[in-house]
Amino acid sequence: MANLEIDFCGIKSPNPFWLASAPPANSAYQVQKAFSEGWGGAVWKTIGAPVLNVSNRYGTIDYKGSKIIGLNNVELISDRPIELNLREIAETKRNFPNNAVIVSVMVESKKEAWQEVVKRVEETGADGFELNFGCPHGMSERGMGAAMGQVPDYTCMVTEWVMEVATKPVIVKLTPNVTDIVQPARAAVRGRASALSLINTVNSIMGVDLDSFEIKPNVGGKGGHGGYAGQAVKPIALHLLSAVASDLEVQKARLPISGMGGVETWRDAVEFMLLGATSVQVCTAVMHWGFRIVDDMIEGMSNWMDDKGFLTVYDFIGKSLPRISNFGDFDLGFQTTARINPDKCIHCNLCYIACNDAAHQCIDMKSLQLNGETMTALQPVVREEDCVGCALCSRVCPVDDCISMVEIDTGRPHITWNELSKSRPDVVSDWDKMEQYRKEANIHIH
Amino acid sequence: MAEHYKPVKYKAWELNLEERFQEYHPPLSEREAVLEANRCLYCHDAPCMVACPTHIDIPTFIKKISTGNVKGSAKTILEANLLGATCSRVCPVEELCEGACVMKHDHKPIMIGRLQRYAMDYAAEKNIKFFQAGKANGYKVAVIGSGPAGLSCAGELAKLGFDVTCFEKKEMAGGLSTYGIVVFREPVEVSLAEVKRIEDLGVKVKTGVNVGVDIKFEDLIEQYDAVFIGMGMGNVPDLSIPGEDIPGVLDGLDFIEETKVKKLADIKAGSRVCVIGAGNTGIDCATIARRLGSERVTIVYRRSEAEMTAYHFEYQFALGEGVSFMFLTQPVEVVGNGKVEGLKCIRMDLGAPDKSGRRVPEPVKGSEFVMPCDMVIKAIGQKKHKNVVDALAKFGVKSENGYVLVDSETCRSAHPKIFAGGDCIRNKGEASTVAAVQDGKIAAAAIYKQLVGATSPNEKHIEPVLSPVK
Ligand SMILES: Cc1cc2nc3c(=O)[nH]c(=O)nc-3n(C[C@H](O)[C@H](O)[C@H](O)COP(=O)(O)OP(=O)(O)OC[C@H]3O[C@@H](n4cnc5c(N)ncnc54)[C@H](O)[C@@H]3O)c2cc1C
Ligand SMILES: Cc1cc2nc3c(=O)[nH]c(=O)nc-3n(C[C@H](O)[C@H](O)[C@H](O)COP(=O)(O)O)c2cc1C
Ligand code: SF4
Repeated sequence: MANLEIDFCGIKSPNPFWLASAPPANSAYQVQKAFSEGWGGAVWKTIGAPVLNVSNRYGTIDYKGSKIIGLNNVELISDRPIELNLREIAETKRNFPNNAVIVSVMVESKKEAWQEVVKRVEETGADGFELNFGCPHGMSERGMGAAMGQVPDYTCMVTEWVMEVATKPVIVKLTPNVTDIVQPARAAVRGRASALSLINTVNSIMGVDLDSFEIKPNVGGKGGHGGYAGQAVKPIALHLLSAVASDLEVQKARLPISGMGGVETWRDAVEFMLLGATSVQVCTAVMHWGFRIVDDMIEGMSNWMDDKGFLTVYDFIGKSLPRISNFGDFDLGFQTTARINPDKCIHCNLCYIACNDAAHQCIDMKSLQLNGETMTALQPVVREEDCVGCALCSRVCPVDDCISMVEIDTGRPHITWNELSKSRPDVVSDWDKMEQYRKEANIHIH
Repeated sequence: MAEHYKPVKYKAWELNLEERFQEYHPPLSEREAVLEANRCLYCHDAPCMVACPTHIDIPTFIKKISTGNVKGSAKTILEANLLGATCSRVCPVEELCEGACVMKHDHKPIMIGRLQRYAMDYAAEKNIKFFQAGKANGYKVAVIGSGPAGLSCAGELAKLGFDVTCFEKKEMAGGLSTYGIVVFREPVEVSLAEVKRIEDLGVKVKTGVNVGVDIKFEDLIEQYDAVFIGMGMGNVPDLSIPGEDIPGVLDGLDFIEETKVKKLADIKAGSRVCVIGAGNTGIDCATIARRLGSERVTIVYRRSEAEMTAYHFEYQFALGEGVSFMFLTQPVEVVGNGKVEGLKCIRMDLGAPDKSGRRVPEPVKGSEFVMPCDMVIKAIGQKKHKNVVDALAKFGVKSENGYVLVDSETCRSAHPKIFAGGDCIRNKGEASTVAAVQDGKIAAAAIYKQLVGATSPNEKHIEPVLSPVK
């Protein structure tokens, strides 16, 4: 079996699967149960300032028969007394010395308050801290959470306060509710953070009830934005992770990253790790299924690693990161065309209507002869010379491997937009010159 | 990997003989399996798991299919049931796991059996070995019979470090999975591959050894630290009616066996066949006869539809295969001169209920008639191994109605070294493969506890067999 152990800026964990700071990591009972079922680590539910919670706290998006593809919450940080939390953290670390116990903290924006909470947490024997700069509701209105994370200077300042007194590693948890995630990430680096984690939840309103006109989730007739998490946010999380992980300043500081936002299976975890995460955190999936999902996560990742010949997780962490690029550096000469396999086609004609109404009108319905027999149904066939290779048809096709996007050689120059702008500035600024270039380069747009 | 969904279309006249004996359900394609797996709710403490006599962690194995961890899925199944491949094909899932599925309330139950087969096929195709022989503990166990009970017990013991020898009277191992389950439900190769898996764990399977004839029981009891008896049941008992020995009157089990081991083209089936008995074996014989080409196949049963022991889905299946049923009809004589020419029957009426609550059929005077036919197949149950039970009685092993009597928590007989499981102890409840597998597990855990003196590491799975949910 492959080795799943990680060393996350000095925090050791038997595997990369951690509970995120959230309801599943709310108490000693829960975290210890999770460890005994296989979780490698846990980031304790954020402790700090006193709070009062409301109900209902959760709203969800169900999609065509599947429950919870996304979950939103208006829950605050831990509402259990801080003393109790600290006692339970100490007990948990004592009982599970080989698992990673990280404590998420958030207090009001005062140096003494931060430094005091850090010292008290250190006494528990926990392995490290996570600074919650991301909570998008309730706490932010009180000047905490996202209110910190959305202003890079504050992020840097608080990180510095904490680093002055912390002897254990400090992870800065970033909010996705910003225009450019790289800015707060760099601020954390400047504040000398030991590591980063992302993403916290995304601002959202889950819906409106058509009969009562209430907002979802409904809190006594009112509603407001809450934090969105679960499978639905995964693409956003992957993007933000890759943006941070490929930033040169972050790379220079060599900070490990803990990735989260929609991790539900070992496959999701592998994707986060391929894009540079060293550990992954999970909340919503545990809220849906319980701690037991970790069994398949561990086994599935390990089986996959055996298949690929990876001995340790470090053999693949960040492996896909070098492929993250920008539009301006993409190869304009790379061309694909759609090809429909008539043997697999079930004649739903969704590709035809998609191309016709929403793409480039280059699928024809033809009467075909297959194996010598004329087919009764008309067959969609791609006019390859007109296909731009957008891939829409293959995305809507309900049959696996029926429409494939095949690379073709058009003889076009393999040049990027950036290179073109440099070598032929006229082409990128003047439509007539562009037309001329297209002729030259054999680019034909139907 | 993607395959097209091929609906099952059974039109006998369009298929050749070989095709008619292919597995009735095609394997699920990857896409079908994943779609179906994603329908599973992944219940906690799931009723399907409780309903499975071997308590396979069904939600977990299904979840693993949905994430693409099919190897892990297969492991989850085999940890609870070493004969998962056979069980996925032969288990009456409608009565067990699928019958308990919570989705059946407002939906269709999850296709648990076929998903299990998907994972088992994957493991077989990739030839994955999940378990190894345990560290040798110095104890030797003899297993009599290589059916599901024997193999399960032998495999579990080997995993725990025992030196296991399994004696099998027949030429091939596997018991009824090899010889008795109709081939379009389970091909022989699947059963033999499972035997191979058990052998890979270090179990020595000695075929062609009839215990009690080729080896004496006393020798086994002396030479081994424990003996497990998984000898199943015997052939079909006599009808005790005139004409029973006319050529053309067959033992149903022999008939099924032919289709498992012989070339199909060499098997003779009559053009008009009467099958006596409406249990699951009767249905098997009748449907096989149809698929072999018999024009008219009639199941003759002395009670009514309501008392029939065949599962409802089996009955439906037989009707779909074109088998006809004559209820309240008792055979009284096979007529014919050197070959079967007909079955003489008498009409019955239902009288008062007996002890079991089933109404007793009573002959209607003067209602005899002859059904013309050229073959009669007997399918009225299985004989007990009387000689073995008698031989064991000398060692103090007790029996009841010809079944070996054991303690249900341990499968141990009245003799401390002798354990038994499977059909040969199934005095009450439905005899089934999966129940036999569970007996083997229970016995293995008890043998471990008795000899090694510790609780078996597998114990968490072990619970006495529940009767199928009705
Ligand atoms: C026609 C038919 C169809 C069935 N269909 C199904 C089905 O669809 N689903 C289901 O769950 N169950 C089905 N069953 C029942 C199922 O096959 C049995 O419950 C199961 O095989 C019992 O396993 P076992 O190990 O106890 O016995 P068996 O499978 O009968 O195995 C006993 C083995 O012991 C050997 N043996 C006997 N005496 C000796 C001896 N003295 N020395 C050495 N070896 C000996 C035998 O040769 C045999 O190989 C069916 C049974 C029949 C007859
Ligand atoms: C109900 C709920 C409560 C949460 N509470 C906290 C919290 O106290 N502190 C924190 O840092 N993040 C909190 N989060 C955010 C999660 O830690 C995590 O960043 C987010 O849910 C994305 O992961 P997921 O898609 O696996 O749920 C909470 C999330 C949810 C759903
Ligand atoms: S999950 Fe538990 S706490 Fe939440 S509403 Fe339901 S019963 Fe109440």
